[in-house]
Amino acid sequence: MISLTIDGREIQVPRGTTLLTACRQAGADIPTLCYDPDLRLAGSCRMCVVEVKGRRNLVAGCVTPAENNMVVETESPDVVESRKIILELLLARHKLTCHTCESDGSCKLQDYCYRYGVTDSRFTGEFHDGPHFSKEDANPFIKRDYDKCIMCTRCVRACEEITGAQAINVMNRGHHAKIATIFDGNLEDSPCVFCGQCIMVCPVGALTSKVAAGKGKSYQTEKVLTTCTYCGTGCTLELNVKDDKVVGVTSVRDENWSPVNRGALCVKGRFGWDFINSSDRLTTPLIRENGELRPASWDEALDFTAAKIKEIKGEHGPDSLAMFSSARVTNEENYLAQKLMRAAIGTNNVDHCARL
Amino acid sequence: MAEELRVLLQYADQINPESADDYVKVGGYKGLEKARSMDRKALIDEVKKSGLRGRGGAGFNAGMKWSFVPQDAPIKYVVCNLDEGEPGTYKDRIICEKNAQALLEGMAICGTAISSKQGYIYCRGEYPFVVELLKNAIKSAKASGALGDFDIEVRMGAGAYVCGEETALIESIEGHRGEPRFKPPFPGVEGLWAAPTVVNNVETFACLPNILANGAEWFAGIGATRYPGTKIVTLTGDIENATYFEVPTNVTLRDVIFTLGGGVKNGKKFKAVQVGGTSGAFIPEQNLDTQIDFDSMGSIGAALGSGAVFVLDETRDIVDVVTRISKFFEHESCGKCNPCREGTFRLREIMEKVNAGRGTTQDMDNLLLLSKVMQKAALCGLGQAAPIPIESTIKHFRYEYLRKI
Ligand SMILES: Cc1cc2nc3c(=O)[nH]c(=O)nc-3n(C[C@H](O)[C@H](O)[C@H](O)COP(=O)(O)O)c2cc1C
Ligand code: SF4
Ligand code: SF4
Ligand code: SF4
Repeated sequence: MISLTIDGREIQVPRGTTLLTACRQAGADIPTLCYDPDLRLAGSCRMCVVEVKGRRNLVAGCVTPAENNMVVETESPDVVESRKIILELLLARHKLTCHTCESDGSCKLQDYCYRYGVTDSRFTGEFHDGPHFSKEDANPFIKRDYDKCIMCTRCVRACEEITGAQAINVMNRGHHAKIATIFDGNLEDSPCVFCGQCIMVCPVGALTSKVAAGKGKSYQTEKVLTTCTYCGTGCTLELNVKDDKVVGVTSVRDENWSPVNRGALCVKGRFGWDFINSSDRLTTPLIRENGELRPASWDEALDFTAAKIKEIKGEHGPDSLAMFSSARVTNEENYLAQKLMRAAIGTNNVDHCARL
Repeated sequence: MAEELRVLLQYADQINPESADDYVKVGGYKGLEKARSMDRKALIDEVKKSGLRGRGGAGFNAGMKWSFVPQDAPIKYVVCNLDEGEPGTYKDRIICEKNAQALLEGMAICGTAISSKQGYIYCRGEYPFVVELLKNAIKSAKASGALGDFDIEVRMGAGAYVCGEETALIESIEGHRGEPRFKPPFPGVEGLWAAPTVVNNVETFACLPNILANGAEWFAGIGATRYPGTKIVTLTGDIENATYFEVPTNVTLRDVIFTLGGGVKNGKKFKAVQVGGTSGAFIPEQNLDTQIDFDSMGSIGAALGSGAVFVLDETRDIVDVVTRISKFFEHESCGKCNPCREGTFRLREIMEKVNAGRGTTQDMDNLLLLSKVMQKAALCGLGQAAPIPIESTIKHFRYEYLRKI
């Protein structure tokens, strides 16, 4: 253990702890934009800078190891000034349209500008750098509005490290740097699998879901945790519910709530929920009579099916029946399906659509 | 009276820089032989004792840097920084063209000290002829057996200034975007392909053969006590003798400019000098009696840096010069961190406004504020140093700005 003083408070941390962790342990609220506990460190946004006594420059907490006897200030005048100027620099190139932004209320840029009283930027310059970074991308899922991008590269790292797709990276240098697919094309023509992990990690409104667009801001929706029904993996989803309707899906990254996927989802889980309120959705079993389908209760439908199965088995033997099960149900349910066929019906004709 | 003191360039133009045999004839590879006969720790101590400090800009004690390399790592690398991207600097090219074998010998000495078998030279993309020269020099040294089992490969940059920063350089050799890494870990612990790596400048390596051959005391006795040895300076701008000189580190700037350099061109009056390259401070007349060594330059808010000396005569428009410099940094920022990516862009924007006569005193305050934050909060030396020309000229030549406002 080493001990250091943070904002006048002495604390002890194990050797190897970063200053960011140590400061948070000491109760200091350190702002971060590029830091993500699940991703490789970048140390690039410089919002987490703190002042270490005896050092000429400020240090970025997320990438600086805590050292024995360090004296750290987390809100010194220089620290606050640097954070404010960084925010002003970001605002100067930002398409500031919070009122219509999907991330209004869940945006780190907004939060930190509020916290540090940054209402305006003195660096907007003579020419506002307008739509320089915007990107129309005709895919159905992910909206890429790089005029709101703060270049934290979390999307790039999530794409590579969580999904393994490597669809996007930084293109160009300096102020021209932006997030792009190879040759600055559309996601569709890249290795992108539309999992939306980039949306999950984006701290602002640069990457948003087209499917949920306009349906409700995060503070207007109730979050309901559930398990995804698309496959047997059992990922935790966070349904965004407004007026008793699902208007979006997000995910929780806390391992305790999302033990299987820790927030990561696939394209179906994150974007494929519009069936829930679809008028095409079947909500009761249907039985065909004289060529017409009519609604039936579950009891009636199950009795009807059981009777038919018995009838066919009696006439043609058990091997005239087969069960085609689904990857959308769990292992346990698939186990029961084969058990039903083998033990109750007496056939090995069992298959499964492991291709969904 | 200041005079040149040629140590690295003693045999310039008398030997073929590619030929190991030529070099051996004038006493070359004696230092390496000595190094190989020494215990590794004693060797590092000897280099430490010589007081040799990095010639690439940061002035870190070379032996100290080597001592951070963990002994037990199975693979280690020696990397030579020949990116030489600093405008007005060409001393590393001169060393290669006049005495390339000394660089190779220096790298092999470092290899002996940290027990590395592999060196890389990262060469500036604009120097393809130097790459050829070095490849031939390596071939010659290998054929003569002088390098023993130490191998050296030459890698070429693609023209990015930031790739002279040691960790961006490493990223570039690895085939990634040329962006600096955060430190720690320092390259000495985790560098090229995550292996411990010593990165030194060409001139730093080239000093080593003589240090080993003549002893640490000999070297420590030359020039300034705290930054001993010689330094190759390259003179550019409004100067009579726009060429290079090798000088002991205790000469003054005034001697470099007015004695060796022959003074300001065409008999004009001196206005300012920028030392250490584009990111250096502009120094006014009253500070010219400062020694060029690292610490003396630091004491006047300047930096020796690469040893570039850029002289401006009385007719030069400082604000215009600094505006151009701000364009350079806007262009060369890698874009990784916020203060520099956005800051270099805004500095250039405001400088252009001021230079065009549209500026206000508010703009000057904004320049200074942004300068301060970039120096304090940018990730690497590029963003930290980019505002220094602006800050130093607002300090020393404020009237030139005010005249345009
Ligand atoms: C933006 C930037 C550019 C640099 N360019 C060079 C360069 O061209 N050559 C060089 O030797 N060092 C350069 N450096 C310094 C290197 O990072 C490093 O300190 C040096 O190579 C270490 O060698 P030394 O200890 O022998 O000086 C640069 C640093 C920065 C921040
Ligand atoms: S990304 Fe944040 S700051 Fe930008 S418009 Fe959206 S809510 Fe506002
Ligand atoms: S799109 Fe979002 S996550 Fe990606 S770099 Fe920009 S702000 Fe960061
Ligand atoms: S200071 Fe500039 S060059 Fe250095 S990492 Fe930041 S953006 Fe890149």
